Formats: sequence, C-alpha cells, structure tokens
Amino acid sequence: MRALVAALVAAWALTGLGGAAAAGPGALDLEAVARRLAAPATQKAAIVGLAEADDPAVERLLRALKDGALYTYKGRIVILGDDGGLTDVASQPVLDAQGQPASVETGQESVALEEAHFGIIQRILERFEVFSPDRAKRQSAAFKLGTSGDPAAVGVLAQAVAREADGGVRLVMEEALAKLRLRSPEPKDRLDAVKRLGRSSSEAAVPQLRALLEQEPDPAVKAAARTALEDIDRFVVRRNIVGYLFNGISLAAVLLIMSLGLAVTFGLMGIINMAHGEMLMIGSYTAYVVQEIFHARFAAYQDYYFFVALPLSFVAAGLVGLVLELGVIRFLYGRPLETLIVTWGVGMILQQCARLYFGDQTSVNSPTWFRGGVEALTGLIFPWSRIFIVALALAALGALWFLLNRTYAGMKVQAVMQNRAMASCLGVSTRKVDAVTFALGTALAGVAGCALALIGTVDPEVGKTYIVDSFMVVVLGGVGKLVGTVVAAFCLGLSNKLIEPAIGGTAAAVYAKVAVLVIVIWFLQWRPTGLFAQRGRAAAETA
Amino acid sequence: MSAWSRREFLKGSLVAGTGLAAGVGFPKILTAQGKEPIKVGILHSLSGTMAISEAPIKEVVLMAIQEINKAGGVLGRKVEPIVEDPASNWDLFAEKSKKLLLQDKVATVFGCWTSVSRKSVLPVFEKNNGLLFYPVQYEGEECSKNVIYTGATINQQATPGIDYLMSPEGGGKKRFYLLGSDYVYPRTTNKILRLYLTKVKKVPESAIAEEYTPFHHQDYQTIVGKIKSFSAAGDAAVINTINGDSNVPFFKELANQGVTADKTPTMSYSFAEVELQTLDVKPLVGHLASWNYYMSLKTPENLKWVKAYKEWCKGHNIAAKQCVTDDPMMHAYIHVHLWAKAVQKAESTEVDRVLKALEGLEIASPVGKYKVDEKNHHTWKPVYIGKIRADGQFDVVWKTKSWVRPEPWSDVTYPGRGCDWSKNGKGSYDMVGGKRVWLSDKS
Repeated sequence: MRALVAALVAAWALTGLGGAAAAGPGALDLEAVARRLAAPATQKAAIVGLAEADDPAVERLLRALKDGALYTYKGRIVILGDDGGLTDVASQPVLDAQGQPASVETGQESVALEEAHFGIIQRILERFEVFSPDRAKRQSAAFKLGTSGDPAAVGVLAQAVAREADGGVRLVMEEALAKLRLRSPEPKDRLDAVKRLGRSSSEAAVPQLRALLEQEPDPAVKAAARTALEDIDRFVVRRNIVGYLFNGISLAAVLLIMSLGLAVTFGLMGIINMAHGEMLMIGSYTAYVVQEIFHARFAAYQDYYFFVALPLSFVAAGLVGLVLELGVIRFLYGRPLETLIVTWGVGMILQQCARLYFGDQTSVNSPTWFRGGVEALTGLIFPWSRIFIVALALAALGALWFLLNRTYAGMKVQAVMQNRAMASCLGVSTRKVDAVTFALGTALAGVAGCALALIGTVDPEVGKTYIVDSFMVVVLGGVGKLVGTVVAAFCLGLSNKLIEPAIGGTAAAVYAKVAVLVIVIWFLQWRPTGLFAQRGRAAAETA
Repeated sequence: MSAWSRREFLKGSLVAGTGLAAGVGFPKILTAQGKEPIKVGILHSLSGTMAISEAPIKEVVLMAIQEINKAGGVLGRKVEPIVEDPASNWDLFAEKSKKLLLQDKVATVFGCWTSVSRKSVLPVFEKNNGLLFYPVQYEGEECSKNVIYTGATINQQATPGIDYLMSPEGGGKKRFYLLGSDYVYPRTTNKILRLYLTKVKKVPESAIAEEYTPFHHQDYQTIVGKIKSFSAAGDAAVINTINGDSNVPFFKELANQGVTADKTPTMSYSFAEVELQTLDVKPLVGHLASWNYYMSLKTPENLKWVKAYKEWCKGHNIAAKQCVTDDPMMHAYIHVHLWAKAVQKAESTEVDRVLKALEGLEIASPVGKYKVDEKNHHTWKPVYIGKIRADGQFDVVWKTKSWVRPEPWSDVTYPGRGCDWSKNGKGSYDMVGGKRVWLSDKS
C-alpha cells in the first residue's frame, strides 16, 4: 500500500510537474549545483532549482550554505564540518596532496549567501524536516507541508512516507500528501485524496475540502467532497459529545476528591471546617517539597517523587488536622458559628504561613508519564493526569467506604456519629474517635491537594478556589451521606461541562458556573436536605 | 572606610557643578551636600496577590536610586526613597498616594502595576499636581498630565505580536483565538485587537474567537477543546491575556490535550520572566511573548545591568532563582534615571518644570536608546517577539526595525485622536476638520 502510494505520487509528480522534476532526483549533479550555488550570479536560480529536490545531500548542502560552512578548496566546493574536517558534496572526506585530511586556509571566507535568498533556503530546509530523526519534528513538518498547499513538496513527502517506520507519523504524512493532492490536475487523484481525507475524519482538512468544493469542475469529485465533509461533520459532533462527557466526568472526579474529606468532617461530624481548602493546600505544598527534595537529592528518580508525595501528603494534612482538632476544634463542639469563625481564622493563618515560607514562586511539575494523554478518537485526547484523578477519586472513595462500613474502627466512627451518648456508654472513647475521624477527613483533603497540583496551581491562596465547590457538593448531596456526595459531584460536574459549551459567548465558563449555582439554589429551596436526606434519630438530633 | 571616598566626592562635585548653574566653589558644594535630600515615593504592592510581580520592581527602583546617590545625587542632593506598601488593595493605593504627596511631599512617585490601581490614584495625582511614573504595559486610552507611562501601549506590544504571527516567519496565521481574564486590560486590548484584525489586517469576523475567564479560574478543559477545534487546520494562534495563576492550568491543559506551540502558538501579553519563574515552564516551551525587553538580550548595557542586579540580589536576600529581570523592571529602572536626568536638566524638582524637561528626553538603556515622546508622556521603544525556553528565559525570534511610536489612543479605535501636553497642549484631542478639539474643553 505504502509503495503504491509512493509510486502513484511519484508518477504524478513526473507527469504533472513536467520539466523540473523530470530530471529526477538521482540525476542531480551535486557538484555542478554546488558550483552554481557558490557563484553570486547563478545563486538564486540554483536555489530555486532545488525547490523540488528530495535528496538529503541537498539538504546538507543548503544548510551549509545557510550556516556559512561552504568553502572552495582547490576549485572544488567543500563543506566544513563541526569537527573542522572538510567533506565534499557527497559527504566524502577531502584529502590534500599528501593524503591527509585537508583544511581551509586561515582567513579564507566562506561562500557568501545573499540576504534576500535566506528566506527561500529556509523554506526549502523546512521541507527536509520530514526526514528529521525527531518524531515530533517529522510530524509537525509533514503537517505544515500539508497545509502549505505547495505542490513542490509532493516529492519530498512521498519519499518521507515511503521511509517512515512510525505508524502515527505516517498517518499524518499520508494525510498531508492527500491534502496536497487535492490540487492535482488529475480528477482521479483528487477523488482518491478526497476519499482518503473523508476516511481519516480529519477536521484539519475541512477548510481545504470546502475550498475544493467551490471550484471543483468534476461532478464525481464534487459529490465525494460533499460526502467527505458530511462524514467529518458527523464525526466531529460525535467526538464533541464524547469529549463533553469526559470533561464532565473528570470535573466530577475533581469535585469528588476535593470534597471527600469535607464529607467526613462536615458530613459525618458536622464541623464547619473553613480551613478545608488550606488542608488541600498542605497536600499541594507537600508535593512541592517532595519534588524539590527529589530534584536536589535524587535527580535520577525525579519522576517517582509523586508516589512518595501522595502518601506523605495524606500524613502531613492528617497531622495538621489532628493538631487542629486537639488544639482548637474540640473546645467548640456543638457551637457551629464559633467553629466557622475560628477555622476560617486558622485557614488565614495557614495561608500566610505558606506565603511567608514558600513565597508565591512555587510550581509542581507533573511527572513525565502524566504528560500528554491517550488519543481516544481522532483529535480527542484524554490527558493522563485527568484519567489518574478519576482513578484516584474512585480509589479514595472505595477505601473510605470500606473503612467506614467494613472495619471495626469504621463501625465505632458511625456509632459515635449516630448516637454519641450510647456509644460512650458502651465503652467507645468518643474523644479519640472524634480526633481520628477529623484527622482522616483532613488527610483525605491532603491527598486531593497533592493530586490536584498535577492540573492546577500551587500557591498560598489555592484553598479559596476549592472551599466553595467542596461545600456545595456536600450540601447538595445531603449532609452525612457519602453516596450523596458522590452523586452530587457527578451531577455538578456533568451539568457544568454540558452547560458550558451550550452557552457560548465570550464568558461561557462564568455563565456555566452561574447557571449551575442557580440550579443548586433552586434545588435546595425545593429540598433543603439535599439529594439524600438523613432520616431517623441522628437527623432529628442535629435539627 | 570613611563615608566619603575621594572618588565619590569628585563625582558628586561634578554633578553638583553642572547642576548648580553659577558660582560653584568648594564651600558651596559642602553646603549643597548638606542640603535636605529629595524625597521620592515608591508605591508598589509588597504583599497580597500582586506582590509577586511588584516586589521586584521596588528592588530595581531602589537600585537605581542607590546608583544615582552614589554618583552624587540629583542637583547635589541625595535622593531619599519612601517605600509604601498598598498591599494589592486598590483603595489603599489612593490613600498611600495621598500620604506620599501631601504628608511626605515627595517630588515624584514610582508606582502601580494594575490598571485598577493606576485609575484609583489618578485623581489624587491630578488634583495635587503630583508626578507618577508608571512602568507596566497597559491598555492605553489614557493620557494624564501627571503621569509618565514608560510601559508599552497596545501598538508597542499587542499589535506587533499579531503582525509577527501573520508574517511568514510567524507561520502566516489567519485565525485568532483571543483568550483573557475578565477585567479591563484584556477586554480593552481585545477590543482594539479585534478592530485591528478586521480593519487593518482584513481578517474576517468568523476567523476571530473571543473568550474570558474569571480570576483564579482553574478548569480550562472545555476552552482548550474549543481551541483545538478552532485551530485544527493549523492556521490559528491564541492571543493570551490571562492573568497570573490561571496560566498554569491553561498551559498544562494545552500540553496535555496535544496543542503544540509549533502548530498553534500562544502569544502571551501578561507574563514575563518574573512570572515564568513561578510556573512549571515545560508545557510553555516554544510559545511566544511580546515585550520591549528580555533578560536574554545581549546588548552591552543589558549585560551590565543584569550583572549589577545579580549583585544587588546577593546583598538583599533575594534567592538566585528569583533574581531575574524583565520588561516592567527595565522600564521601572530606566524611568528613575529619566526622572533624575530631567530634574538635572530642569534644575528643579517642581513637577511642571520636570515634565517640560522630560519632553523628548533621551537616555541609554538595556534596549539601546530610549526616548520620551515630545508630546504624549509615553516612551519610544523597540518591540521584541520572544520564544519561551526551558529555563524560563526567552529567545528573541523577531524584532521591530526601529523604535515604535507610542499611541495612547489606538488609531483603529479612535482614528484622529491624539495627545499633546507640550507648550499649548491640553492633553487628549480629536482632529476635527484639521483642527484640534481638546477633550477637556468638550465636557
């Protein structure tokens, strides 16, 4: 198939482009070309004549001319290498009369390149990037050639396709080739190209296909172009829907993980912890500190820092939570308003501490394997960092559910939260349970902060951006119900991400948030206890 | 070491000698040195959200003042800085500027960063006939008698950025996604850019998208998705005026969703080297910025200045990593010297005479010669397009041929409107039938 495409293109290049290409790449007399390049009078014509060349030796020659590494040596044109040695245009070392490697006389000037020809050479050299050893460079060069609409690039591109070993890059190259072939004088070539582009559902080809549709004389090609455009349009709509759903789910996971901790401290224990955002901040800063330590001490294992940071942020935030409970909150049980004010103050103190100690100049770098993502559909990438957060949110949720419902410790927690006096009578140390439960909630927030540092910022005020959303999720879900938190997170995430593209305009992100808030307000008016209301004695007690 | 080195003494007397027109003798210089210092105010946030950008500005202003004092001061008098911290609070900016002007009676103030803070001190300076030097690029549409604007106007930063993107070197872009934070600078800039694109560059409306996000916005999934569709054909660029921390999630999302700089470059107008040190630079590498100065410039003056600033950092407890120079810092550093030169020329610190002396004043700077416009209180400077490098610095990829003239009133939004404070000038005016009609007379 590959060879066929190449052969087809080569054939078209030979017939379609006539004289210049007919000489064929193999027939190029490099020595003669080099001499013409070196002579000021013929320089421009020589460069222009190379516009369709596809021989890598030409690239070397042009690059040398551009970099000022082209010299004359005993009447021959030679190239000065980085090591100081001379080679001729065919990359053979040049020897002097004694058979030793020759060198340029000191003071000799290189072949001059006229300023005006610089741009032309630059464009030709860009074409040769499709042979670059760097995968990303090949890909972007091929893409650029495809959009350039420059028929002179067909030869180079066809060569590149034939040589390309990487499937992904070859796909880009073939598509680029098809785009160029839309301008072929042969209707059959155009038809093939249109079909090829339609099959690949490439959004990138839409402008070119539209342009073709307007000026196409051949009815068969025209019809094919119309179908291809329709196919692509349908595909784009489908892909967008998948994209919105993924965005919604990943936002839901973000909301879930940031509010899980609050579901424990506020949901179960009823403590209005306004420093919840700062607990996330502590997690983020733990990630930052661990990253810096790895950077300084174990640079070779830099990428693994995150797996150390994740458990550490759990511990760090948990400890801070424990201190907060023992030092402040335990004196305030049953006094929600005072708790609100005091924890808010604690949050501000933590913020200022972070600012004094870390300053505003911090950033967390994602480990390399969290960069980029998996291409789910053509042009739709699910970033690894988002996928990781979805997985982590589900894992944390599972662990929390297991802890609360399937372990002895969890039973004690539930017992204390449901009926403190009775649990105490039965010998449960309610003080200890309170402290540990609160610490668990803040520890979960720490993990969330660590994970969110992958996609967001780390700065002293980062807690502010989390606190409102967290409370909204927990309150909407129904205080005291884990399942409520989960459902609320998914409802908010999905509705936000489905409303945002529907609104449009210049500030869709803001209006989507406003719309979601309005819906939440309306819903809470209708059902003040949230999605999953608590029933029974515990509810009556708190009411 | 004695407080008076021989060299400083000589330098001081030289400066004092040129400053005091007549009858310079030894005893007189001694009294001149003994004269009261000239007080100047520094009004930059050293705490709060803007501290990250404004604190380094304070450092270079202090550094410039120290240099001036070392060379003997101005008019033979030492310059004494009074530093106030308005704590990123707009109301406090107005209060502190009132204090500086009325209580401390400063000769001039170097200050402000955000347009909001500038707008809030403006009435104070105009009422009390103070003098403010403002070092940051801004949206224009302002031309106060009492302010010298040394940062870029729209045509000295934003429109050259577009010119570059549309040029063959910039990739010949034809579609533009204007994305910014939701406040006055991005909104005004984009209003002007939209007109510039449609009227001057003949870009159809359908090839321009515009979007705003609130401050501290974190979730750019949907927007990056839109950008991806918008730029699928590879002929689009993003014009970014997002402020501060939101740039982190935005660029991370761009990189993660596979929007690359060589296919869809982002041209940013609101962060420079200082802010880059706070970001994870890897996802930004290869994207573009437009400024009048970069730390990586290789002019002899710049190498000297950067070296001097690094020395200053060592002496002032600034970590080596944070010790970078950038565009607003360069303007701030230069405008202190501009003021000193103007005072020297005017032989007075009186505001009106200093303003007169500033007209057309030239000075050497890290970007070569630097000039105050003869009329409109803004400055002439070159524009550079820089590509972000992995070390948080910029590679200059393009530069304007010469200085760019400052246009406080953009030609595309207000054709025929200009500003003139020289001789009989009364500020902003409209050209009506070949005659100037002053805006101040209209109201």
